[in-house]
Amino acid sequence: MMAFELLSKRLGDVFKRLRGKGKLSESDVQDALRQLRIVLLEADVNYKIVKDFLERVKDRAVGAEVLESLTPGLTVTKIVREELIKVLGEAQKPLQFNANDVTVFMLVGLQGSGKTTTAAKLARLLKKRGKNPLLVACDVYRPAAVEQLKAMGAKCEVDVYCGDQGLTPEEIALSAVRHAVSKAMDVVILDTAGRLHVDEEMMEEAARIKALTKPTEVLLVADAMTGQEAVNVASSFDSKVGITGVILTKMDSDARGGAALSMAAATGKPIKFVGMGEKVEALEPFYPDRMASRILGMGDALTFIEKAEAAFGKNEAIELERKMARQQFTLEDFLEQMKGIKKMGPLNEVLSMIPGFNKLPASVRGQIDESELKRVEAIILSMTREERANPSIINASRRRRIAAGSGTSIQDVNRLLKQFEQARAMIKQVYSKGKLTKLLS
Amino acid sequence: MSLLDAFYRGLARTRQSIARVFQSGAAMPEELYDQLFEALLAADTGLGTAEALLDGVKRELGRKTSPGIEEIRASIEKQIIMMMQGQTDLNIGRGPISVILFVGVNGTGKTTTVGKLAAKLGREGHRVMLAAADTFRAAAAEQLEIWARRARADVVTHRVGSDPAAVVFDAISAAKARAQDIVLVDTAGRVQTRFNLMEELKKIHKVISRELPGEPSESLIVLDATTGQNALEQARQFKQAVGLTGAAITKMDGTAKGGIAIAIWRELGVPVKLIGMGEHLDDLYQFDPSAFAKALLDTA
Repeated sequence: MMAFELLSKRLGDVFKRLRGKGKLSESDVQDALRQLRIVLLEADVNYKIVKDFLERVKDRAVGAEVLESLTPGLTVTKIVREELIKVLGEAQKPLQFNANDVTVFMLVGLQGSGKTTTAAKLARLLKKRGKNPLLVACDVYRPAAVEQLKAMGAKCEVDVYCGDQGLTPEEIALSAVRHAVSKAMDVVILDTAGRLHVDEEMMEEAARIKALTKPTEVLLVADAMTGQEAVNVASSFDSKVGITGVILTKMDSDARGGAALSMAAATGKPIKFVGMGEKVEALEPFYPDRMASRILGMGDALTFIEKAEAAFGKNEAIELERKMARQQFTLEDFLEQMKGIKKMGPLNEVLSMIPGFNKLPASVRGQIDESELKRVEAIILSMTREERANPSIINASRRRRIAAGSGTSIQDVNRLLKQFEQARAMIKQVYSKGKLTKLLS
Repeated sequence: MSLLDAFYRGLARTRQSIARVFQSGAAMPEELYDQLFEALLAADTGLGTAEALLDGVKRELGRKTSPGIEEIRASIEKQIIMMMQGQTDLNIGRGPISVILFVGVNGTGKTTTVGKLAAKLGREGHRVMLAAADTFRAAAAEQLEIWARRARADVVTHRVGSDPAAVVFDAISAAKARAQDIVLVDTAGRVQTRFNLMEELKKIHKVISRELPGEPSESLIVLDATTGQNALEQARQFKQAVGLTGAAITKMDGTAKGGIAIAIWRELGVPVKLIGMGEHLDDLYQFDPSAFAKALLDTA
């Protein structure tokens, strides 16, 4: 479902305890930090990183700053959020390109972290931005790795370069760069073999590929579910090969993603993208501030609004937001947005960006599925305009008529009406949370 | 290389960090316990399991005023073994055909594990059929075909995008026709929160038990040893979908911690049955809790 979800829930519990108190004593802070330690450890943040992180929060939280504050709970929340952002990287870091020459991006990482899929996603993204990328299969070890990249390249209509049989990865990389130059292509993406960070021979190979091709970006592709070892993985790749950033994959899982904190803290290198699924378009920029907000249970409203804009067009999105804010959202709007929502991506993913959605029980969230949308559409289409604008007039006989008209059951109609009420309540929550977010920033 | 040797190599760093605790000469038991707690956390056992382990040690040694380092070490080893009680050999050979279903999230090493197990079972005299039921990932079938050649096993593949349950159906039919006794089913990686993909897995499971009542004999989740606490959630969700009978932990080479092995066994009752150590055909072992505990803790 949502990355950091469980972490958010835990933190929410911690801060709920702090809220509503007049002043924060040192023991209050200590108690909160103890809880925070458990939260971060269970989220797979490396235990050493946790120690350092809590020290910094404590230094800032205990003392005048907190005691002078009118709302101590908010103050600690604010400090934790700021420190999280600081560790995750203050601002979003764009990719670095070579101004005069062909640009080389090199992807490295452990086996199974998602390099090949990420390489294709990155190529698709660059192509969309008007670049002419070349994918290069440097993994000569894993069976069918080259075939996988070829198939992925075909899917996003990007050329894939694979060297002749018997060439070393270094030779393939170098001849690929020459090939790109001769074909006037501007970005070369090297998909290297998965390697263990303790395999000296393989790490040296990666370092040699880097020395030969001089990439502007060496990106460590890492699994968001990684445990305590994340620190050693990131540090080893950084010291032995030298990385410029991290791409965090499988973020569509329910992993708490403490690895993000661990790796950023251990290397000081920015996280540049997150992988959100198996489709070639499921690559998104990493926003440290949003991620920190998500950790603190404030949801991911900014991403939601951005996606809505892309799917509906900016004006409609503003209109939608205005309606949501005034809580004038009707079944008519619900119907109109449905097609747009389909365009925004998998339903669960979209919904998970809404603050508060992660607080719903997993059983409820599991029920939401795409085919349900069709049924909902049919039900709303069987209502009169008046009913759509004002669902409260829908009595028993109207329900019977709507069910018959849409080929559904009265239970289906009842469920929709109930869900719509819940959605309205949730939207209301979004906007009270929205105020909270403004208050903090 | 024996399993114990393999563990010793794989768990080198974890063992060293625990050994450092024992060698640090922390005088007070409390201080020693704190450091041990951190060493266990660093091995990805998770808070609950680390606490349970040390509680068990304290219960056992609590009466003593200053237990020796060797006593504490032996006690933890005992606690770990106690948390990992159960059969670790594969439950095959009950019927004419035994099916082993492999499930897990993306990139944990399902295809590689299927390939290695096919070779292992082949060496033991079984006639093995592989079902390439990962019809989603590009070139997954080609990858399995290469492993099948290496392992000298048969393989059934369909085109990309086809119904994985149909692949399984065909593989079982072919195994019946060719008098093979093992069918290994390689499924597509799926993140456990993807509702529809988990439903697809249930369908595959249903087809197997319809074609061969009582099968699959084993439904194994393949877990990456570098995974943190999310491994528990993975095991929980896949268990709910297909009723896991065990786990295969992969990539135990390098510095992988594998503490999750203890956690999923203790908290979910999912026994670890297989351990993958590297990229070679014969780098797959039956799991042995006492070898694991010994390798994790041996300070010599």
